[in-house]
Amino acid sequence: MKKIKNLSKNGRDSLLCYAIVIIAFVAVQAVTAGGGLSSSMKGLLVPICAYIVMAVSLNLTVGILGELSLGHAGCMSVGAFAGIVVSTSLTDSVGAAPLRLAAAIAVGGVLAAVAGVIVGVPVLRLKGDYLAIVTLAFGEIIKNIVNVLYIGRDASGLHFSILSQKFELAEGGKMIINGPMGVSGVQKIASFTSGFVLILLTLFIVLNLINSRAGRAIMSLRDNQIAADSIGIPVTHYKLMAFVISAAFAGMAGALYAMNFSTVTAAKFDFNTSILVLVFVVLGGLGNIWGSIIAAALLTVLPELLRAVRDYRMLIYAVLLIALMLFNNSSLKRRLLEKRGMRQMEKLERAGKGGA
Amino acid sequence: MKKKLSMLLAGAILATTLAACGGNSTGGTNGGSAADAGADTGTAAAGAAFKLGGHGPLTGGAAIYGNAVKNGASIAVEEINAAGGAVQFDLKFEDDEHDPEKAANAYNALKDWGMQLSLSGVTSKPAEATSADHYSDRIFALTPSASAVAVTEGKDNVFQMCFADPNQGTASAQYIADQKLGTKIAIIYKNDDVYSTGIYEKFTAEAAAKGLEIVSTTTFTSSSQTDFSVQLNEAKNAGADLLFLPIYYDAASLILTQANAMGYAPKFFGVDGMDGILTVEGFDTALAEGVMLLTPFNADAEDELTRSFVTKYQEKYGEVPNQFAADAYDCVYAYKQALEAAGCTPDMTAEALCEAMTAQFTSMTFNGLTGENMTWDATGAVAKSPKGMIIKNGAYVGM
Repeated sequence: MKKIKNLSKNGRDSLLCYAIVIIAFVAVQAVTAGGGLSSSMKGLLVPICAYIVMAVSLNLTVGILGELSLGHAGCMSVGAFAGIVVSTSLTDSVGAAPLRLAAAIAVGGVLAAVAGVIVGVPVLRLKGDYLAIVTLAFGEIIKNIVNVLYIGRDASGLHFSILSQKFELAEGGKMIINGPMGVSGVQKIASFTSGFVLILLTLFIVLNLINSRAGRAIMSLRDNQIAADSIGIPVTHYKLMAFVISAAFAGMAGALYAMNFSTVTAAKFDFNTSILVLVFVVLGGLGNIWGSIIAAALLTVLPELLRAVRDYRMLIYAVLLIALMLFNNSSLKRRLLEKRGMRQMEKLERAGKGGA
Repeated sequence: MKKKLSMLLAGAILATTLAACGGNSTGGTNGGSAADAGADTGTAAAGAAFKLGGHGPLTGGAAIYGNAVKNGASIAVEEINAAGGAVQFDLKFEDDEHDPEKAANAYNALKDWGMQLSLSGVTSKPAEATSADHYSDRIFALTPSASAVAVTEGKDNVFQMCFADPNQGTASAQYIADQKLGTKIAIIYKNDDVYSTGIYEKFTAEAAAKGLEIVSTTTFTSSSQTDFSVQLNEAKNAGADLLFLPIYYDAASLILTQANAMGYAPKFFGVDGMDGILTVEGFDTALAEGVMLLTPFNADAEDELTRSFVTKYQEKYGEVPNQFAADAYDCVYAYKQALEAAGCTPDMTAEALCEAMTAQFTSMTFNGLTGENMTWDATGAVAKSPKGMIIKNGAYVGM
């Protein structure tokens, strides 16, 4: 217990993240084993995991690096469709579903990272609004590319074409991505456990990055880029690092998400999804990783809990969002935080005196 | 700080009042909600009614279709419950926002409620997402309007009340060729839409087989469906005399208006998505004169069944029902017929009902609003003849 108290604020926050996720996982597993979980909640588990990974990774760009990205769903899309191609291709050769899922998530992450580099290199020279606009465009471009992408697979391998289906599949072949009709008949291999593992991996890498030398360099860019530049921090290098890691995890989240539904279309990963994830991040607090986790879980469950109020569901959801935003900016919250800070200071002082 | 807090509280109060109104107004006007369906008629006691569930977009851009299905099904359920036969229904309709992810949630909510029979989804992609669940959970589904082939493909217990997309495309090409409606054909379709692309692909395949000449093919997406001058100019320059529009009526109404403005007057040919064009607000229905469409339902038909349905729908919801509402109405009555024929009782499990329904639907013949002598094959696709309609004097007339 004493050790926890002696940890720095960052250390305690990290511990809190892991604790939230592990306790939630154990609790859900216990309730599921007891048969107390409704199918409605069971169905939400994997999307919640995917959205948590999305929110944590976007927090890295928006909260830690301090650049507004509106194209996070584009990276998710790349990961989702890459993951589907991989898992469908491996259906025959790799029997174990978890292995196929892991391969899909890994490839999804790598391809999304590549997309992140391609976008990041030119774009990260921009700042503020301009960066937001270009990332927004990136998301739209990805959506439109996937919309005209045809990928099929038969005995002789994978076939690709753009705009229209220009290949003929041999007997027994299967269309994987069918242009605007998206993907059909995906095997649902995502599980809550795999989502949990992915969240832990995300937290491990993101939190360690934040608390490392590189993380401090990234945060210094957020706080004052000119000052950071003047002491010799390579601006583009660290910006790209944060952006690409963020993109990679969005891709992994996308692969996990896609494997949870039997059908996916490019239209799902549009501007609205980017904004949804941004809302998770902003509500959870910029730079606050455990806040993102809670906000993502809460805001994914909320519309389902509101089904009871029928036609007014979306209205109340919106009102609650506004209320939360107001609270986030209110002096009430500030005072609560101040009080907490004061108490911690007192504790530190007392500990300091006791030690001396 | 006080101000902020009071605003918060005011918001909370507002929310609760609205929620309360919501409860009241749905109770008064929509028989669609579960409790209301039972409460409205009083005959369907708990446990004595089949739990019929469905999901569709009740909010968002596609809400018009979801609400039409919900309303159409509600009318059928009320009629059946009021008549008090052996088969009674308890209907619950959940919102899926036209999103496969939300559809899965809606489906799970219905499953928790104890759904025994399903109307599946209203729109194609959400219905496709849940049809896999229907299949693995062995809950029988009859979708009123999800027309993509993937909805029923490989699932022995998912059936359609509407034509599948390919059938519409093929039927349209055959119809145009057989009736010699045009020689040079232009197509404008929505290439980010499953429905539109599905019809387009089958249409071009059949058109090639029938020797129809397609001189211009142009596309639009949901984010660019306001200006069609480029597409129309291309069709005009190619000398097309028939414009095939496998799209929904909202975009079609703009195409008609803009074609008229540029003085281009080919023949227009649509599919069932064109149904509803006469009800578009602010649209000059004179422009739709001579538009041809294939649709299974005609709200102006003179037969007893259609007239009673249209009157009831207008009284209750204040608008002319479209084919989505009619399909949903038919779904409920098809269920009634099948349940009666199989002698099912509400205390049966969803799995037992699924087995009985699969057997019934593949062997029965059903007459409804959207067609006579409908039959279903084992794939779940319906066989009924599309009605060719032409708009004359602001009304549909059979061709």
